[in-house]
Amino acid sequence: MCVNFAVATDHLSLIYFEINMANYPSNQFKNGLKVMIEGDPCSMVDVEFVKPGKGQAFTRVKLKNLITGRTWERTFKSNETAEGADVMDTDMEYLYCDGEMWHFMDPQSYEQVAADKTAIGDAHLWLKEQDKCLVTLWDNNPISITPPNFVELEVVETDPGLKGDTAQGGSKPAKLQSGAVVRVPLFIEQGDILKIDTRSGDYVSRA
Amino acid sequence: MSEQWRATAPIENLRRRAEILAQIRAFFAERKVLEVETPLMTSSAVSDPYIDTIECRYHPLPRQQEQVRYLQSSPEYAMKRLLASGSGAIYQVCKAFRNGECGRRHNPEFTMLEWYRPGFDHYQLMDEVEALVGPIIGFDDFKRISYAELFRQYLQIDLQAVTVAELAAATRQHIDVQMEDDNRDNWLNLLMSHVIEPQLADQGAVFVYDYPASQAALARTALDAEGGLVACRFELFVAGVELANGYFELTDGDEQARRFQQDIQQRQTEGLPLRPTDQLLVDALQSGLPECAGVAIGLDRLVMLALGTQNISDVIALPFDRA
Repeated sequence: MCVNFAVATDHLSLIYFEINMANYPSNQFKNGLKVMIEGDPCSMVDVEFVKPGKGQAFTRVKLKNLITGRTWERTFKSNETAEGADVMDTDMEYLYCDGEMWHFMDPQSYEQVAADKTAIGDAHLWLKEQDKCLVTLWDNNPISITPPNFVELEVVETDPGLKGDTAQGGSKPAKLQSGAVVRVPLFIEQGDILKIDTRSGDYVSRA
Repeated sequence: MSEQWRATAPIENLRRRAEILAQIRAFFAERKVLEVETPLMTSSAVSDPYIDTIECRYHPLPRQQEQVRYLQSSPEYAMKRLLASGSGAIYQVCKAFRNGECGRRHNPEFTMLEWYRPGFDHYQLMDEVEALVGPIIGFDDFKRISYAELFRQYLQIDLQAVTVAELAAATRQHIDVQMEDDNRDNWLNLLMSHVIEPQLADQGAVFVYDYPASQAALARTALDAEGGLVACRFELFVAGVELANGYFELTDGDEQARRFQQDIQQRQTEGLPLRPTDQLLVDALQSGLPECAGVAIGLDRLVMLALGTQNISDVIALPFDRA
């Protein structure tokens, strides 16, 4: 998609070139900048200028490897540069899983991409067909999937609900249509639609 | 409409900043230290290789006879010329300028508080720094530790024995950095700023003294208790923030000229900009600088610590990106 965008006009392709092929000097590092480190695309999580009064200047960066999810700190000299990574976040619709790959579609272009097990990570626990997800593409391949913060999923399996028990206290496991198992209050019944916070995996309410 | 016009510092912070300035002036008035002003636009530049001076241009006639001037990075040279002129104890609150220094604790144009005490050594000056800074930041427990002890304690490194290669290896254990360097001080600074300083964060206020002689800058050198040559220099770290840098000042003009020469050589070796060094300072020292100690405090950082903020733009009304 990035490429489509780039070839649209000469002017835009110039922008595309500058954004994606640039080497960023350390003084232009900022939170959210995507760069290549040792062959992997990484995102800058925190950037700090460090300079003792009489010493050399450095830029200390907390990096997140977008493939492995590992975060660590790296220190750059003031004359060091980092190569920009062609990474972009796109809103896409989840289509289906073929047992091996998870398929997503760009609702504007209808272009489809397939994410493997590594890219999907834990996100598969919260996917429901036609839900919107944030798909991170590197060189147009999905490397990570972020489900919406809240999703609504149906309970497909749980112990029978305790009638009238809507007060606090007690919880039980419930299996959702996506396959995830979450702790829910005792009154929840099979067939209920639940609102789940995907960041914590916690039950929020009945939808 | 963009919000770029607006002050980043809350007005309440600016009021507190003004109060702290008044408190500083009262402190020095009571101690009979004279407030002075020296030029911001100077004909020579600082020699420290890693301080990059900002240049400006003076024209006696529009667009003609251009003279390069340098925005001062510290009032040190000029204040020493006043001391050598017979000023006695002096202090100054002024703007200082440094290329490229922009970040959470840095603004390329910042405010410096600097003072000189004839008849003091650096230990007496540490006492005075404590007396000034303590009430402002609400600390009364100031620790003192030598640079060598700091490296022994936090990194198990014996500075007398350690080689540059061992320092590089020790640094790489703690920090992911792509650096090849045979300059010992660069490794020491990296360990200091990346490994030790953050650990000083929960130590309150800490004076570090007896710096390596190679980091003497404008301080005299002397033998420490273990017989090693050290710089009579101290720095104050508060909550892990480098706040003050002080010297028992070098008064030997010839040695000063030699150190300028060393800095020029290092700049040449590393391909750093070469600028005229201050012959007037050398002349002043040769004419006679009284025995004295001097210290500089980053005023913006002092206000940050007093207010408990993490970002210099909380205490500077209009920082660099809004200047």
